[in-house]
Amino acid sequence: MPNYSWPPMEQRRVMGKRLARLDGAAKASGKAKYNSDVRPAGTIHGAILHCPHAHCRVRSIDTSAAKALSGVTSVRVAAEPGKEIMWPNAEIAFVAARTEEIAREALRLIKVDYEVLPHLVREENLAAAGSRAKPAGEVVTGDPDAALRSADVVHEGEYGIPVITHCCLEPHGSTVQWSGNKVEFWPSTQAISNVGGDLAKGIELAAGNVHAHMDYVGGGFGSKFQADLWGIQAAHMSKESGGKPVKLYLDRAAELTIAGIRPSVYGKIRLGAKRDGTLVAWDSLTWMTGGMAGGGLNADLLPYVFRNVPNRRVNHTAVATNTGAQRAWRAPNHPQVSFVTCAALDDLAAKLNMDPLDFFKKNANLTVREAVYVSQLDKAADMIEWKKRYHSRGDKTAGSMKRGLGLAVGTWQGGGHASQCRTNIHPDGSVEVELGSQDIGTGTRTIITQVAAESLGLPMNAIKLNIGDNGLPPSGASGGSTTVGGVASSSRIATLNALEKLFEAVAPSLGAPADQLEAVDGKIQVKGNPAKSLTWKAACAKLGVKTISENGANDQRNPRGLNAAGVGGVHMADVSVDVETGVVTVNKVVAVQDCGLIINPKLAEGQVFGGVIMGICAALMEERVMDEATGRCLNQDMEFYKLAGIGDIGDIQVHMDITPDHDKRGVVGLGEPATIPTIAAIANACTNAIGVRVPTLPLTPRNVLNALAGRRMA
Amino acid sequence: MQAFEYANPMTVKDAVALLGASWTDANVLAGGTDQLSLMKDYIHTPKRLVNIKNIKELAGIRKAGGNLRIGATVTLDELIDNREVRMAFPSLVSAARGVGSPQIKNMGTVGGDLCQRPRCWYFRNGFGLLAQKNGRSLVDDGQNEFHAIFSQGPAKFVSASSLAPALAALGATVTIAGPNGTRSVDVASFFVAPSSDQQREVDLKPNEIVTQVLVPMSGAKNASYEVRLKDGLDWPYAAAAVALRMKGSTVESARVVLGHVGPTPVVAEGAASALAGKSITEEVAAQAGESAVQGAHPLSGNAYKVQLAKTAVKRALMEAVKRA
Ligand SMILES: Cc1cc2nc3c(=O)[nH]c(=O)nc-3n(C[C@H](O)[C@H](O)[C@H](O)COP(=O)(O)OP(=O)(O)OC[C@H]3O[C@@H](n4cnc5c(N)ncnc54)[C@H](O)[C@@H]3O)c2cc1C
Repeated sequence: MPNYSWPPMEQRRVMGKRLARLDGAAKASGKAKYNSDVRPAGTIHGAILHCPHAHCRVRSIDTSAAKALSGVTSVRVAAEPGKEIMWPNAEIAFVAARTEEIAREALRLIKVDYEVLPHLVREENLAAAGSRAKPAGEVVTGDPDAALRSADVVHEGEYGIPVITHCCLEPHGSTVQWSGNKVEFWPSTQAISNVGGDLAKGIELAAGNVHAHMDYVGGGFGSKFQADLWGIQAAHMSKESGGKPVKLYLDRAAELTIAGIRPSVYGKIRLGAKRDGTLVAWDSLTWMTGGMAGGGLNADLLPYVFRNVPNRRVNHTAVATNTGAQRAWRAPNHPQVSFVTCAALDDLAAKLNMDPLDFFKKNANLTVREAVYVSQLDKAADMIEWKKRYHSRGDKTAGSMKRGLGLAVGTWQGGGHASQCRTNIHPDGSVEVELGSQDIGTGTRTIITQVAAESLGLPMNAIKLNIGDNGLPPSGASGGSTTVGGVASSSRIATLNALEKLFEAVAPSLGAPADQLEAVDGKIQVKGNPAKSLTWKAACAKLGVKTISENGANDQRNPRGLNAAGVGGVHMADVSVDVETGVVTVNKVVAVQDCGLIINPKLAEGQVFGGVIMGICAALMEERVMDEATGRCLNQDMEFYKLAGIGDIGDIQVHMDITPDHDKRGVVGLGEPATIPTIAAIANACTNAIGVRVPTLPLTPRNVLNALAGRRMA
Repeated sequence: MQAFEYANPMTVKDAVALLGASWTDANVLAGGTDQLSLMKDYIHTPKRLVNIKNIKELAGIRKAGGNLRIGATVTLDELIDNREVRMAFPSLVSAARGVGSPQIKNMGTVGGDLCQRPRCWYFRNGFGLLAQKNGRSLVDDGQNEFHAIFSQGPAKFVSASSLAPALAALGATVTIAGPNGTRSVDVASFFVAPSSDQQREVDLKPNEIVTQVLVPMSGAKNASYEVRLKDGLDWPYAAAAVALRMKGSTVESARVVLGHVGPTPVVAEGAASALAGKSITEEVAAQAGESAVQGAHPLSGNAYKVQLAKTAVKRALMEAVKRA
């Protein structure tokens, strides 16, 4: 059996290199075709009739005029009379037509009579939630009341972070062609190996009859694991339209309202410390909404990271609102609890008159990775010149621009998902690495190719990688930051298995046993003896007409040291706040992140850049705005659903914590951890600048000026 | 979007003739950056679109008597790049610079910017220009963070145009062509607060076209300041434009106009007259800001905009006198 272990750090030739992503040019030039760009011959168009009410019952629905419109090929009712509709923009009917225009016109011809029912769409006021609020029960360790009574300093605060959405640039949807008993499926997905089966289940076909394929996806962030009702209805409409491909993608309003949200978190928090800064107690009441299901929060997440505080009480309440359902959002719930926790800790530190850097370090023993956090806090502090530039709360310099520093922490599990890979070595020397994975923008293509090139001693361009098809060896969905661990391991194993076969084939010609051979610099040679070698091509020629095709799998129970789970990270922010306008500007964010063995530092940093940018959006401007009177989302567009642009993000500096200690843990994913602490770091920096806490995010002029003026939130 | 007929006239006369008696008969199409969105959302459902971009008389910027004449189809980008405009009207340049994105500046026109519809999210979501439900304002108790602090009757949206406050401060007029010839209106009075959903927020009939804007070349020092959150693709939270006729370092007469705080640009006469005879210092500018927001009546959730309007006036004044 080959030795699958990663080569030692100093011996890696391709892994660990800062290579540019393989699909960068294709994406930047527009050559990359996303599935929403794909338009197979004969494609017709689907459109969705959305419900205008937050809560209602369908009394009757009449589709006859839509059916009669010329060019319409299929009309399907998704909400039959009697059906209760629980959120605005829920799907009522689907239409397919020759053109998108006809499909949309047909929607307007569908007559629906609704019985409007009472709704609740806003959750920030828990008292108003009534029976919609479902407490999850209290979790207590130690004696929080006694600890708070005897604490030297107690801080009590309220914090809120609103619902945001995934806002994928490429909306959810797919093109589906169902003819006979075969389905061709072009979804926008994070789970190419599973999504075909999911569609098959939805349309009651055998899983093998659905062929799913996708080269590129324009963002998912946790919201694109399923075929969804949209895929299922598109399939039916294709069948009803004589097997023509039906293209059905959500429009922006639907994308922002029914394709997934990140739940809010609001909280009242009390926490106490000894005079020397030792945190002794935490008591929180949090609530959130993730739609009609309410929204659960694992009590273990509070207080975040500083989980081993000896005395804690955690109460959480889920508020069911008539809003689109939550979906996993890049590190589900972590950014919110990071904000709530790190803001409360920062406020407590201020009350203690303590520099939060010292306070966080002092309490690092309450985390499960004390040494990591302490070193990351020190590193980040160096990068942002904390010691030189930190001032106590409230920038006292004259003028309207106030500047401040803030910090926050994060953690994530990750690990490697189930992944299978097949490596083919052909007699002509060409190599294929194949797995049913997807590159969701994280650089998966590039890192698999690096692993294969490293393992075979070949240059990157000698490897042909095939991903994005459910006919390939199945690989897990890209979620939970588990892809890199899974695919790096399976491709390492499959590739070394194939190489072993090649060694066996060439061993006789090199006059050495197979296990004495190595693949280096495009050659197969006797270990340590370049003189006794064959070029890769010559070696492969020895295969005659037989292609080597070997599999490998990441065994989640025994990852063989190739991948691991669990990381920490620290972000620090430097912001300026114009106290006359409430405009917050991010000058700089520094991020220190550990992530085990790093296959490509450039791509790893890219993940952190992206994570920080998403954090900046949520800190400064992003929120879904629901209107209680109409029950509707008022900013279901990209004009008032605000996201940061290139001019809004400031300077971002990333330090990947690459050390032999981290490296020897194997590969750990980092897509999610990278986005967690940014929000809290910026919020704390804003507080440090202006001297008061802005309790509710985002840090918009309204929220900042209200806090400065001591106005309650409206 | 409702299907429509497309007309492509070459003269103002033909264009006017192609328009109709009601807003659903026909709409003007300039850059289309707003009109097409309105049609996609079924807020405008014209049977005909009348493209005015091929009408030569609507193009171009030139001196005309004591005015600079800006054609209605001049794009925001042309405006920003124009030498005369840059020399004489920095307030206009800075207002135009803030608009949208390069794409919007390339397509959007001066006439279109003045005639664009409010961005009130109730209006854009189909609840009508005044956003009322059963006779009650949805805005009053609803999500009014971006709404007016100077409401006029039932109109609580804010005027969208960033050029309007600057033009109003400069004393500009718009020329309007209709079936019975042309008429001319001060920019400040071109904007009107509607009292019903059927009315418009500009003094324009369905069969009229804005043909040009005339800006007096009075030599007044001018500047505008917008409070913006994002660097691009966003709207001002509040803005102010000022024009100052100076005698040495003393203000002879002033015009101060607030933007994005009311259903029309808000001419702050009190602030303006208080400036006369003074030289602009930080303190004087701040006082002008204070008096400009006298009479502001914020809604339940936008008290913060009072502070923004104040600041915008102060900063616009400081900016105006900073220039040589
Ligand atoms: C993201 C975003 C941000 C923006 N930010 C700003 C901003 O900060 N400040 C700002 O001022 N604007 C802003 N805009 C709006 C932009 O300036 C306008 O969309 C643009 O100026 C409209 O010009 P247009 O030529 O495209 O008009 P069109 O879309 O063609 O027309 C707009 C309306 O005016 C009517 N119309 C156009 N020209 C005439 C005419 N000559 N006579 C009579 N009626 C006419 C049309 O019938 C239509 O009703 C923003 C837009 C977007 C999308």
